[in-house]
Amino acid sequence: MSVGLSHYLIVSLLVFVLGLYCVLTRRNAIGILMGVELVLNSANINYLAFARYSSGGYDGQVFAIFVIMLAAAEAAIGLAIVLGIYQTFQTIDVEATETLRG
Amino acid sequence: MSGLGVGDVLFCVVALVTVVSAAGVAFSPNIVYSAFSLMGTFMGVAALYVFLAADFVAVVQVLIYVGGILVLTLFAVMLTHRIADVRISNRSVGRLPSLMIMALVAGVMIKAILGAHWHTVDAATPAPTTYGIGNSFLGEYLLPFELASVVLLAALIGAVVLSRKELTEE
Repeated sequence: MSVGLSHYLIVSLLVFVLGLYCVLTRRNAIGILMGVELVLNSANINYLAFARYSSGGYDGQVFAIFVIMLAAAEAAIGLAIVLGIYQTFQTIDVEATETLRG
Repeated sequence: MSGLGVGDVLFCVVALVTVVSAAGVAFSPNIVYSAFSLMGTFMGVAALYVFLAADFVAVVQVLIYVGGILVLTLFAVMLTHRIADVRISNRSVGRLPSLMIMALVAGVMIKAILGAHWHTVDAATPAPTTYGIGNSFLGEYLLPFELASVVLLAALIGAVVLSRKELTEE
């Protein structure tokens, strides 16, 4: 038995469900952002695994780089928003910041 | 059945490190420990990229995720919380329903992964990828590449505007 496509897919799946759990249960906004990073990483593993085990073009790798770029932008904006929330509410518990709830 | 090669054993170790530290991120009761085990995940994923013959993406992963996003996350953790008070800093709710959703998603996906007949070709021998990626960026993907720089500029300005102190006119 040697390492093949499905092994990478299963590792990526495990990282994905752990990120999903993180997003679902955390009440700390930064914890939620960490879960999103895990999900993005698992998507990237999938991109590169399929790129490796298919026709051998560079499309998968280029997409992975775009995902990494967007993740960096998302982290910068998300954390800036979190810091803004902290300045206003003195907490970043997402259940405490429900001023807009109707 | 042939024995496990060195590459297979290394893959198992790297996959284990990745998944265990991802579990640390998800289950750790302390947000600081979560942030540090995120580093293990990012490094493990970078090592997986090396196994997938994506040398350039692996280096980009280390530079941007570990060097950028993780440091930014740690800064945010340190700046926003009464870290000593773990009970406040990393509350989790709804564990049981979330675990059920996790199990459901994992079950469906594992069934899909193992059931599908993936059309794979024999992996080529690893070769440097920077040449091909550079050609893709300046050829086929030129427009997304330029748009990416605009997005990054917008994100940069947006982050500065969002996190600056409001100066009120007296």
